[in-house]
Amino acid sequence: MENIAEVRNLVKRFGDFTAVNNISFDVKKGETFAFLGPNGAGKSTTIKMLTTLLRPTRGEIIVDGHNPMKEPEKVRRSFGIVFQDPSLDDELTAKENMEFHGVLYGVPSRLRKARIEELMNFVELWDRRDSLVKEFSGGMKRRLEIARGLLHHPKLIFLDEPTLGLDPQTRNHMWSYLQDLNKKEGITVFFTTHYMEEAARIAERIAIIDHGVIVATGSADELTRQTGTASLEDAFLKLTGYTIREEESSATDRLRTLGRAWAGRRR
Amino acid sequence: MKIVYIMWLRELKRYFRSKSRIVGSLGQPLLFLLALGYGLGSVFRAAGQGNYFQFLVPGIVGMSIIFSAIFSGIQIIWDRQFGFLKETLVAPVSRLNIMIGRTLGGATVATIQGVIVLFISMAFGFRPSNWWLFPVALVFMLLVALLFTALGTGIASVLEDMQGFQLIMNFLVMPIFFLSGALFPLSGLPHILTGFTIVDPLSYGIDSFRALLVGAAHFGLGLDFTVLTVVTAAFLVAGSYLFSRIQV
Repeated sequence: MENIAEVRNLVKRFGDFTAVNNISFDVKKGETFAFLGPNGAGKSTTIKMLTTLLRPTRGEIIVDGHNPMKEPEKVRRSFGIVFQDPSLDDELTAKENMEFHGVLYGVPSRLRKARIEELMNFVELWDRRDSLVKEFSGGMKRRLEIARGLLHHPKLIFLDEPTLGLDPQTRNHMWSYLQDLNKKEGITVFFTTHYMEEAARIAERIAIIDHGVIVATGSADELTRQTGTASLEDAFLKLTGYTIREEESSATDRLRTLGRAWAGRRR
Repeated sequence: MKIVYIMWLRELKRYFRSKSRIVGSLGQPLLFLLALGYGLGSVFRAAGQGNYFQFLVPGIVGMSIIFSAIFSGIQIIWDRQFGFLKETLVAPVSRLNIMIGRTLGGATVATIQGVIVLFISMAFGFRPSNWWLFPVALVFMLLVALLFTALGTGIASVLEDMQGFQLIMNFLVMPIFFLSGALFPLSGLPHILTGFTIVDPLSYGIDSFRALLVGAAHFGLGLDFTVLTVVTAAFLVAGSYLFSRIQV
């Protein structure tokens, strides 16, 4: 089977801190792949490098046959992404956000209209299509982002903690849609999550990363067998330890806090 | 082309939806216009320089354009904060197009602000010397707006958060404004000050507005146009380069 993404000896340093330390892994075309790890393990940093948002310190990446640093536009055409933190324009309406995305990805206008309606119905936001996104709750924004990430039917979709803050109904709904798309169109699904039972249920293959190093790969069954544990959650804890991780706040986090303070003052 | 258009459209939609921003950003120029225009009018006349209000209006139009333009450029920092920047950065389109679209949008908004200030000043008695030159003045306003939006974009591309914003305002935008001749005539200044006014790109912008709106130029329209286009082109190139290097 061919690989849609290949990572070889990838390293990313921020000053003295090594966020990703010499990792290698493959994602096969058409599979559902879970990338698990505690907070600050290097998941999002790896995804940023795969999606052309961050330059690696060292190592090689190939996504859909292209190097994200040398041919970023070809790589960008191949994937869709739902970011860990919101990336909608609050001042635009839900539908405008979708349309904006469709134009950016060159989805022809008739197809765009049809898919926007289909996807917004699917995430049950069609009735709210003309509301400004800033009026939406966290869960609604999440659903809109998922719909948006699927709008251009990418070959590979990255979902960075897509189900965070979603109720079980929405989560279930979303995964069945994604699995359907995965089967029908062969879209590769690459996701991260902190819900181990979700990873065990959805992912065909799992990689566990900790302190910037991949500590295990395999199916959920293989991982539990290897570690001699009863569930993926136990296997995960056995592999990554029981200590709670601290994540340093980034400039963006600080700015968000500031932004919230400002927003509070305005009201 | 479609990408440029949609980015432009986004800037305009955001502008027209934010009534408080439209009204809020008119406050400062109007305060300058009325306080200085009426406050210094008699001194200006006594010095034999004519009507200060007529002289000041093109300067204040320039002021509202530069503030609005820099602010539009700086908005990239907010987009970074609210995450929307990432959505445009992972899209399979050239970052040059994204940057151009944003910059054109920001410049359009800044030009609209300038025109609003111009019309308001008419309510207080300002009269352009020749209405036929108004469309030409619009072109120059857009050029100045482009220049400073590109500058703001370039700066915002290298700033991580709003901490540096105050620094930019106090050590870049304010000096550019005060040393541009927006508030005083450029002739007969001390040598050092003249040196500053000559390297300040806004001087040429304000000079062109004055030439077209009240028929009094210091450098002359030809030189204004040359300097403005060259600097705008340079800032656009530099801004695009910095924007294309953004990592999040």
